[in-house]
Amino acid sequence: MLSIKNLRASVEGKEILKGVNLEVKAGGIHAIMGPNGSGKSTLASVLAGNPNFEVTSGEVWLDGKNLLEMAAEDRAREGVFLAFQYPVEIPGVSNINFLRTAMNEIRTYRNLPAMEAKEFLKMVKEKQKLVEFDAALTNRSLNEGFSGGEKKRNEIFQLAMLDPKLAILDETDSGLDIDALRIVSNGVNKLRSDKNAFIIITHYQRLLDYIVPDFVHVLYNGQIAKTGGKELALELEEKGYDWLKEAAKEQELA
Amino acid sequence: MIKQITNSLYDQFIADFELRSILSNASESLALHALRKEAFKQFKQLGFPNTKVEDWKYINLSPFLKDDFLTAAEDETIVINKDIIDSAKIKKLGAYHIVMVNGRYQAGLSDTIPGDEVFVSPLAAAMDRPAFEAHFGKNVALDKNHFAALNTALFRDGLFIEIKARIIVEKPIHVIHIISSANTLFLQPRNLFVIGAGADGIIVESFITVNHPEKNAKVFVNDVSEIIVNERARLQHFCIQTGAEHTSYVHHTEVVQRQSSAYNNYKASFPGTALLRNNLNVSLNGENVESHLYGLYLVAGRQIVDNHTTVDHLKPNCHSNELYKGVMKDEGVAIFNGKILVRKDAQKTNAFQKNNNLMLSKKAVVDSKPQLEIFADDVKCSHGSTIGQFDEDALFYLKARGIGEEKAKALLIHAFAFDVTGKIPITALQTYINHLIEEGLN
Ligand SMILES: Nc1ncnc2c1ncn2[C@@H]1O[C@H](COP(=O)(O)OP(=O)(O)OP(=O)(O)O)[C@@H](O)[C@H]1O
Ligand SMILES: [Mg+2]
Repeated sequence: MLSIKNLRASVEGKEILKGVNLEVKAGGIHAIMGPNGSGKSTLASVLAGNPNFEVTSGEVWLDGKNLLEMAAEDRAREGVFLAFQYPVEIPGVSNINFLRTAMNEIRTYRNLPAMEAKEFLKMVKEKQKLVEFDAALTNRSLNEGFSGGEKKRNEIFQLAMLDPKLAILDETDSGLDIDALRIVSNGVNKLRSDKNAFIIITHYQRLLDYIVPDFVHVLYNGQIAKTGGKELALELEEKGYDWLKEAAKEQELA
Repeated sequence: MIKQITNSLYDQFIADFELRSILSNASESLALHALRKEAFKQFKQLGFPNTKVEDWKYINLSPFLKDDFLTAAEDETIVINKDIIDSAKIKKLGAYHIVMVNGRYQAGLSDTIPGDEVFVSPLAAAMDRPAFEAHFGKNVALDKNHFAALNTALFRDGLFIEIKARIIVEKPIHVIHIISSANTLFLQPRNLFVIGAGADGIIVESFITVNHPEKNAKVFVNDVSEIIVNERARLQHFCIQTGAEHTSYVHHTEVVQRQSSAYNNYKASFPGTALLRNNLNVSLNGENVESHLYGLYLVAGRQIVDNHTTVDHLKPNCHSNELYKGVMKDEGVAIFNGKILVRKDAQKTNAFQKNNNLMLSKKAVVDSKPQLEIFADDVKCSHGSTIGQFDEDALFYLKARGIGEEKAKALLIHAFAFDVTGKIPITALQTYINHLIEEGLN
């Protein structure tokens, strides 16, 4: 589904991604871990088409389509969804109006008719339930004054509504209380299918107890330094990243 | 006197006044006659303002005043039919409609308000009413307001609205001001609204241009409205300003509030009108007065929109709040000048002011100037002004959900305007204004 080849990207002239390679197949769940500042959010931003980041080389293909040539909105319409690490507050835009607009923009792109209000509201109710998202929040301004956890839940609610092909969750678990973590994870598990894929960026094993990954990658200094199965996450939890840093140093010396 | 290219128009007004003095209008009182004379003296001295006058330094008026105006035109017979009026109505507002064409009250097109609790008539027909005699011309500083002085000297007619004491008027009074002319006109309508003690009302004024069947000539409107909000009265006052490029306006609104009254002014202006100058002066002349001034201007093309407001706190324990928001397109020019005056007696004043501008174009210009003059010591005052572009993070967030550039921007503009539109307590008006924003953006 997703194929990232030797991706390099920089921000304000500083190279952050230094040749990332990653293959994601439909139905797959990939966890990306790695120390602070290693470039995880940058990778997510680049995939979503954030214009602040400049791609200097490499390729990204989504089901045969060249993602890097598309504007952010078209990537979303093709089925890329980024659950932001820091969702933006937009006072004055109501959550529900925003979702409806997004939904219809995506549908128009896919040559589908706009959704009837009734059908839309039914879906809202259904998905609210799925991620146990407080209905009162739906009518408020987008993320305005939401607590950290509410913002994260809103991301997952949007994910449920838009039903993307490729969902990238950037530290969605941080800021969630224990119950919320379970709810959000259950939500994701219900949403996963053999037609979609998830990239889950996290620092903690905890989330991966609920959403069991097929692969765990360690992003270090702008590159995938190690890939393994779900047990790699446990190993990292135990050992931290120091050994990785040592290994990288040795490699540099060699 | 200030020399300028507009001398010919100036001379024309001098001649007009002299002619009128000879033909002196018998129906006008001696007091009004004296007021006109005084106003004329002031205008003769002041002339039209040029850019050396502080309050006019950003506007070069000469291009707007150079035309051959008819200044004392007889009534034109214009066909304003029901369809035009219907299209100017605001859906679901459920209002009484009062129609003014080129500054003149149109009885045939206006609704009659049942009962005698609300009195609406042409101004010229209200001159013998006590409310007229008590308030007319008492509040405008003629020595500082070039245009208001000219209007006072030479106005012919306009609109008079009186809401009697303790009357609560549930239905809004919607005044539709229509401009339509095949002759180049300089119009000087004059209005007086008096809200009786303890009364409560809603006045919605919309300003529109209607195509004249022959041709559309330039029209310059110099209108003055005096509004008296008596003790414990409440007035919600909406001004929705649209219009075509061949129209220019200098509006002067003078509001006087008495003790424990509340006045809310909502001003929304949209692309079209070449020049729009709004002078809005509110005197909080009594204790426990509350005033809210909300403004929204969407400026496009080469439009010039200038909002000059003065909030004058004269007495203790009053609260004023002002929020003006501007959306700037193309080569639009906007000026915001917000003066807050807190007089020595006005202890325990709360006075807030904010002006925010969203620039959609690099060629648009905004001059924003707060002006605080505080002579009391126990006051809470704040002001702030910003000029900014789209929040890139917000824009990206919307796009990352599949919303295209144009739609995303439109959403953010509505959100920006929402601080003002969200304050409109009447849904029908909110919807109407949101619709005008949408139209104005395209
Ligand atoms: N807009 C920006 N301007 C300058 N530097 C940036 C910008 N965005 C990211 N960086 C830098 O890029 C590097 C990688 O940041 P990134 O957010 O991708 O890290 P991360 O792996 O997500 O970290 P964390 O685990 O803390 O979320 C950091 O050094 C960061 O300071
Ligand atoms: Mg990050």
